[in-house]
Amino acid sequence: MHEYALADAVIAAVRETARSQRMSRVLQVEVRIGQLQSIRPATFENALTAVRPASDALVSSTEFSVVTVPVRLRCRPCNREYAPDLDTEADEHATEAIHFVPELAHAYLRCPHCDSPDFDIVDGRGVTLGRIEGEIDT
Amino acid sequence: MIDPRAAIIGERLAGVRRIVAVTGGKGGIGKSLVSCLFATVAAERGLRTGLFDLDLTSPTDHVILGAPMGFPSEEHGIDPAMCDGVRLMSIAMFSGSTPAPLRGAALTGALLELLAITRWGELDLLVLDMPPGLGDTALDAMRYLPRCEYLVVSTPSIVVRETVRRMVQLLGERHASILGLVENFQSGDVAPSHELAAEFQLRWLPGVPYDKSLEAAIGDVAGLRRTDAAKAVGRIVDELG
Repeated sequence: MHEYALADAVIAAVRETARSQRMSRVLQVEVRIGQLQSIRPATFENALTAVRPASDALVSSTEFSVVTVPVRLRCRPCNREYAPDLDTEADEHATEAIHFVPELAHAYLRCPHCDSPDFDIVDGRGVTLGRIEGEIDT
Repeated sequence: MIDPRAAIIGERLAGVRRIVAVTGGKGGIGKSLVSCLFATVAAERGLRTGLFDLDLTSPTDHVILGAPMGFPSEEHGIDPAMCDGVRLMSIAMFSGSTPAPLRGAALTGALLELLAITRWGELDLLVLDMPPGLGDTALDAMRYLPRCEYLVVSTPSIVVRETVRRMVQLLGERHASILGLVENFQSGDVAPSHELAAEFQLRWLPGVPYDKSLEAAIGDVAGLRRTDAAKAVGRIVDELG
């Protein structure tokens, strides 16, 4: 499960951010998972809970709110925005490749209007952190 | 929004003793061959060696080494493929021979993803096969892999030397550690890149000859190791310790 490796990254980033903001305890973190990455929120919540160090009071009781962000792509040549349907536009191999490296959407998806692979991922790529709430050291 | 991936790169590479990026200013100068030979010779010398193909749009290291490509095994991350003692990571493990046209942010995104999820484990040496030029991946390597040491590849061509000069200037400006200059495709006794090494006070490493037998050995690590080019790269490995 490479989800655990991404969960490691989230915990490392939360600890880094919390320390830079002088937090003593992180209470809640919003984690956004792009639809391209094809990770179920419940799976990722389990991974986050499993990898956080129980001995670190900074994150040991943090609640994670994991949400899936729909994918939106914008074609560069025709400038139109679209939402691909991964179930119909990508076969099993392509979906798995994009799951590992979301940028490989460029290898497998095409603009429905002009068939170009030259697009920007506007939203829904991979794992990002949203709001981080915590108690500040006094 | 915070991208969490950069925060874990240091930990992913914590077991790697040394990172050597094989770079040069232009495509077609033999960076991939030098990278692959460097990695296979180092592994033959008993070093625990990894090879990361950072040419994300035109990966070829798997072809040079004859490594079977397919989705990696995963367990708390993904494992590089093992190929004759070299741990190989390439985007081709996911995309095969399907073209992956990436630009700008997509190149950075793919690089960060692979750096964040690849489990290199304990390595004495990780060789990075850099893409040509001073573009996104070169800048990302400087940013995210600051402890890289650079092995600069040149050739006798005046055109190539002009681009290598720019690469060396940029690395110097960024205070990157340059291990030395290697002239690839040497023929005869003339080594025009020596002047470049002297100008920038770079270590002049053993040259790699133009070796007609290399093409026939592509895809066969044992065959590659028998080539004159591999023997020359072996002298570089020995010199760099």
